[in-house]
Amino acid sequence: MAAKRKTPVKSRNPDLIRGVGKYSRSKMYHKRGLWAIKAKNGGVFPRHDPKPKAPAAAAEKPPKFYPAEDVKKPLLNKRKPKPTKLRASITPGTVLILLAGRFMGKRVVFLKQLPSGLLLVTGPFKINGVPLRRVNQSYVIATSTKVDISGVNVEKFDDKYFAKEVDKKKKKSEGEFFEAEKEDKKKLPEDKKEDQKSVDASLIKSIEGVPDLKAYLAARFSLKSGMKPHELVF
Amino acid sequence: MLDSGTGWRTGGRPEVDRWRLYVRGTILGYKRSKSNQYPNTSLIQIEGVTTKEEVAWYAGKRMAYIYKDKVKKNSSHYRCIWGKVTRPHGNSGVIRAKFKSNLPPKSMGDRVRVFMYPSNI
Repeated sequence: MAAKRKTPVKSRNPDLIRGVGKYSRSKMYHKRGLWAIKAKNGGVFPRHDPKPKAPAAAAEKPPKFYPAEDVKKPLLNKRKPKPTKLRASITPGTVLILLAGRFMGKRVVFLKQLPSGLLLVTGPFKINGVPLRRVNQSYVIATSTKVDISGVNVEKFDDKYFAKEVDKKKKKSEGEFFEAEKEDKKKLPEDKKEDQKSVDASLIKSIEGVPDLKAYLAARFSLKSGMKPHELVF
Repeated sequence: MLDSGTGWRTGGRPEVDRWRLYVRGTILGYKRSKSNQYPNTSLIQIEGVTTKEEVAWYAGKRMAYIYKDKVKKNSSHYRCIWGKVTRPHGNSGVIRAKFKSNLPPKSMGDRVRVFMYPSNI
C-alpha cells in the first residue's frame, strides 16, 4: 500500500449534484497527477509485487474424531461475585456476639469485611482467646458497642491468609503407615502469632480506655431464664 | 451499651460448660386438621413467644431436635434433626417448622432448640 498521507485528501472532484462530478474522467486523470506518477516510473503504472506469504504452518493432521453433532461452546461467564452486603449495624470496631462454632457466645471485635464476604474478627486474643478469625455475617449479632479501631492496620489480611496449608501427599509404604501416626500436630506459624499481637496491641489499648469494656469482652453471652431474644436490644 | 440482663462476672466464677445460645421450644405435634395430620410440618411452641408478631423475629431461624440413641453414630450417642422456622401458626405465637426429615412421633412434647442464627440483627 502507498504510504498514508498526513491529511486525508478531500475529493478533487467536487459534486455538482450527488452522483455527478464536475470533472470528467480524463480531467480527473490529469488533476490527480497520474501522468506524473507514470512518467516517474518509466511510462508504466508502478506495480508492487505481492509480499511473500509466510511459510504455511506445518500441515495439521486431520482429527481422528469428529463429534456427530456440533459441540456447543458454553457461553462466557463474566460474572464477578460481590462480597455480601454488610448489615448497617456492623461497622469496623463493632462488638459482635458469635452465635455458633467453637467460640459461640464470645464477644469479639469486628475489623473488616474480607473480599469473600466473611467478616474478619479478633478477640482480642489476650482478652477472650479468640484469634484473628473469619466469621459469616449470619452467625453474628451486632451489638451497639463500638471500639475505637483507628490504630489497627488490617490491610494485609485477606482470604488467602486463612487458606489451609496444602500438604504434599506422601506415598505410604507398609512400614510408614504406622509411622505416619506420629506426625506432629501442625504448630501455628510464628508470623501468624506476630500478626495477632500487632493487631491486638492497639486494640487492647483502646479497650482499656473504656471502663468495663475489657471485662465485657472477656465474658460470654448466654441466654438466661426469662430472656427473650426477640425482645432484647443488643 | 451493654446488652440487657447478661450478668457477666469478672473472673473468679468458673465458666459453665454449656452456654445457652438457643431458645427452648416444645414440639406440639404435626400440622393437622381434626382427623388428618401432615407430618412434613411440625408445630412448635417457643418459650416466651405469645403472639404472631413476635414470631416474625424467629422466621427462618434454624432449629435442632436432639435425641439419644443406643447405637453410636459418629462416635456419639446424640443425634440431631435440623430444621427451620417457617411461619407462624395462628395468633398465639405457635410456629410451623419444617425439618430435614420429618420429626418422629415420639418427639411430641420434647424439647427443640431454636437457634439465633441466621441472624439479622
